[in-house]
Order: sequence, then C-alpha cells, then structure tokens
Amino acid sequence: MINLYEVAETNRMIEEENLDVRTITMGISLLDCIDADLKRLNEKIYQKIYESAKDLVKTGEEISREFGIPIVNKRISVTPIALVGGAACRTAEDFAGLARTLDKVAHDIGVNFIGGYSALVSKGMTPADELLIRSIPLALSATERVCSSVNLGSTRTGINMDAVKLMGEIIKSTAEHTKENDSLGCAKLVVFCNAPDDNPFMAGAFHGVTEADKIINVGVSGPGVVKTALEQVRGESFETLCETIKKTAFKVTRVGQLVAQEASARLRVPFGIVDLSLAPTPAIGDSVADILCEIGLEYAGAPGTTAALALLNDQVKKGGVMASSYVGGLSGAFIPVSEDQGMINAVQAGALTLEKLEAMTCVCSVGLDMIAIPGDTKASSISGIIADEMAIGMVNQKTTAVRIIPVIGKGVGETVEFGGLLGYAPIMPVNSFSCEAFVNRGGRIPAPIHSFKN
Amino acid sequence: MEKDMKKTIITVVGKDTVGIIAGVCTYLADNGINILDISQTIVQGYFNMMMIVDMAGCSRQFGDVSDELTELGEEIGVVIKCQKEEIFDKMHRI
Repeated sequence: MINLYEVAETNRMIEEENLDVRTITMGISLLDCIDADLKRLNEKIYQKIYESAKDLVKTGEEISREFGIPIVNKRISVTPIALVGGAACRTAEDFAGLARTLDKVAHDIGVNFIGGYSALVSKGMTPADELLIRSIPLALSATERVCSSVNLGSTRTGINMDAVKLMGEIIKSTAEHTKENDSLGCAKLVVFCNAPDDNPFMAGAFHGVTEADKIINVGVSGPGVVKTALEQVRGESFETLCETIKKTAFKVTRVGQLVAQEASARLRVPFGIVDLSLAPTPAIGDSVADILCEIGLEYAGAPGTTAALALLNDQVKKGGVMASSYVGGLSGAFIPVSEDQGMINAVQAGALTLEKLEAMTCVCSVGLDMIAIPGDTKASSISGIIADEMAIGMVNQKTTAVRIIPVIGKGVGETVEFGGLLGYAPIMPVNSFSCEAFVNRGGRIPAPIHSFKN
Repeated sequence: MEKDMKKTIITVVGKDTVGIIAGVCTYLADNGINILDISQTIVQGYFNMMMIVDMAGCSRQFGDVSDELTELGEEIGVVIKCQKEEIFDKMHRI
C-alpha cells in the first residue's frame, strides 16, 4: 500500500514545485461541417464544437479536485480551418468570420484557447490556404482566444519558400494589427516544420486530418520537480544526473496519463496521447533554464548549454515514454523566452542570444519560441530566421517552430509585457545584415536526400 | 471486494494539538467512511498524518466531503486534503 512518504512526495511536487497538468486539449474534427454556404458553415462549426466540448471545463475541474492536481488549461484544437473553409470562403474577411465563430464558442464553453486557425502548406498553397494565411492578421486582431499555425515545411516535402516569404510579411502585419497590445497577436501565431497532428500545446495545436472525430490529448508540466530532484544530486556524475531526470520524468508523466485516461472515460472521447514536454511558466521555480543551471551552467546560453539541453530532452523522453501508453505531440523540453524566468534572466545578463537559441533548437522540441525582437525588423529578415529554423527541422527530421514577436514601436533594451502564462520578454537584437535576395528567389527548397526512405 | 472499494487518501498536516485524530475520525464515522489504514508522525512539532479510507459506503459527493474536510481542518487549525488513491498509485507503482 501507499505509504506516508510517497504521499508527502507527491503533494510536495504539487504544492511546492509547481507540478501540474498544463492542458487537457480536446481535438475535434470539423471535416463533417464543410459547407459551401458560409452562414451554414459557421453554424455547423459552432454546433459541433459546442456539443463536443461543452463538458470539457467542468470535467477538468472535477478531475483536478478529486486527485488534488491542478489542471491549468482546458483547450480545443480543430481541423485546419483552411481545409474546412475552402469551399465557402471567398475573401479574407470570410475566413476571419470563421475565427470569430471559433472565438465565440471558445468563450461560451470557457476554454482559454482554441487552436486550428491553420494551413498546411509544406509543399504548396491552395487558394484557400493562401487566403487563410492572408486573413491571419485580421483574425488574430479581431479575436481573443483563437490561435493560428502554419506548417511551412517537412522532411518529406522540403520547405515551401514562397510561404516562408509570405509568413515573414504576415507576422509583421499581425504585429502592426495588434500594436496597441504590444503586438500580442504574434504570440498566438506559430509556424512549423514537421508539425505534429496531435499537439495539445498552444499556439500550435490543431486537429490533424489523420485523427479520429474527437480525441483527448494531455500536456504535463514539471520543470520545478526536475530542478528540485537535481538539487539532491549536485556534483554527481552524468549517470546519476540522467537517472534522476528519467525517474522524475516518469512520475510527472504518470500523472498526465492518469488525467488523460480519466478525462477520456468521463467525456467518452478516446484518449490520444500524452505530450511529455517540460513546459515552463513565468512562475518562480517553474523554469527549464533553471534546470540547465542546476546541471551546471551559470546561465542558460553559456558554453555547454546545447549539450545540457540535449541530455535533458533525451532523458525526459526516456523516463516519460514508459509512463504513458501513447506518447506524441511535441514531447521534449520547451525553451520559450518570455514564459521562463530563467531564460529572461539569461537574456538580461547577456548570456543568451538569438543565435544560441537557434543552436539549442537543434536538440530540443519546438524552436524559437516567444522571442521579442525590434518592431522595425524587416519582414525578409523574419523570413530568413524562419527559413533557418525550418531547415533545422527538415534536416534533423524533427519538429521545429518559430513564434517570434516584432514589437511595434519598441527596440533592443526595452521589455514587453504579455501577461499571464505568456509572461514578459526583453527585446533581443536581430542580425541586421540582409537576406532579401535569398528570400525573394521564390519556389521551394527540395526535400533532403535522407527523406527518400522507400 | 477490493474492486468495489473507493480508496481515498486523506492527509492532515499542521501544528500538533489535542483532538486532531478524534475530530477527523468522528467526521468520517458520521459519513459512513471506513478507515483502512492510518500512519502518523510528528516532525518538529508538526503533525503529519495519512489515512487510507474507503468511501464506498458514503452516499455523499466526493467534492462535498472534500470541502467539509477542508472546513473542518480550518476549525482545528490544520490542513486537510482529500485525494483519490490513483494519483499516488500511478506515480509510485509500476
């Protein structure tokens, strides 16, 4: 039977080390809502989402209460809207209307974000894809809870450089459209290479077309728990370090597995995956950067950071994979800047640059995340940053992403406040040399040689 | 028999005082909740108790019992938490 010390350990993780379930995300297919009539399409989308997820928040709260584990967010992801709206939408405004419907249903159900205002254009764009992409600035400035993502490349298809160029402009335009709120719209917009179909985390969550009608995906979080566990093994060898991370990741993930199974049973929706990512928040003690420091770095960004992050990411997966029956999503360590106090400290100390962050993304999940850059950064430079990150994902057969915020009216040295889980960020300098001729070439970068596996 | 049980872990933490166990046990008895196991220590004057109980015989909602135990804790001056056993089982047993 369970003993006093085990109970105390679990409750200490929850109460003192910020162990929580970051999100229960219900994926909902909207493919059966497709209609050529825009009004009917909007109605069908609202109805399908409302009927599917009306009990999501209540169920999450019940589970949270019964097991004594905080479940921070309840969210929804839907089929990429470019696919759903293609038949009905003739203008960017038509697409933005769908975003407003998503926003309304998210508000009525009580979820804090709804993801899937998305297009998958890794090889080419249909007219609907392009229209949706061009509507993103309008959609994100007119809604509160809608998140948008665009998949620009994959290992199998290469990188769609036309879309990369366009997204540089769209990110700038989204920043302009939301400049009254420190360009907050860009915090809800992410571009991917190798985007997963079952990611529960925002802003990149969407319900892939390979998924079932409805599915429950869960994301756990526990950087604080890993950090505290590592405090006990200071100065020990890498073997001990790695074993400790694995054991801790196992325990954290088991909680996610339990919550996912419970939510799945109570909502009568199949269980999809648990995402093993270590997701930080701006709260003190809930930082991935602090784990890197505990491993032995003065600040995240110091020499050795990439190696430390690589081992952390790998051990988290090794520990977590046995704890869950299905693992998916992004699964690794997130390194957002504004959402992690240790990362913010590292930037402010001058230890962490955009270039080092790019190197770190080679060995961990996701990529350049929640990074504020000067508002006068050229669209072509943003496209260049995106292309670099997409190339890392394409060649290394992993997911990479860019969620970057050109803060209109602000420059290097200033800070920007997003609030809540999105945190705050010092504005980081961008290499000012031009890549315009490169970005303007047009076309796509072919898939790498190792993608031909058949 | 085991399958029909609704095992719940009740933890009580706080400054030691007279009547903590009595207060909690009375509440449990009044609500038809059977105690399966109790372990308790005092560390530096702090009372630390864990009970494994079976709520199968209790007709009340889990959330109500949890709230009332929290209130009872506030009266006695301790923190009482009530959690289903699975979270501990999952985390500490393969």
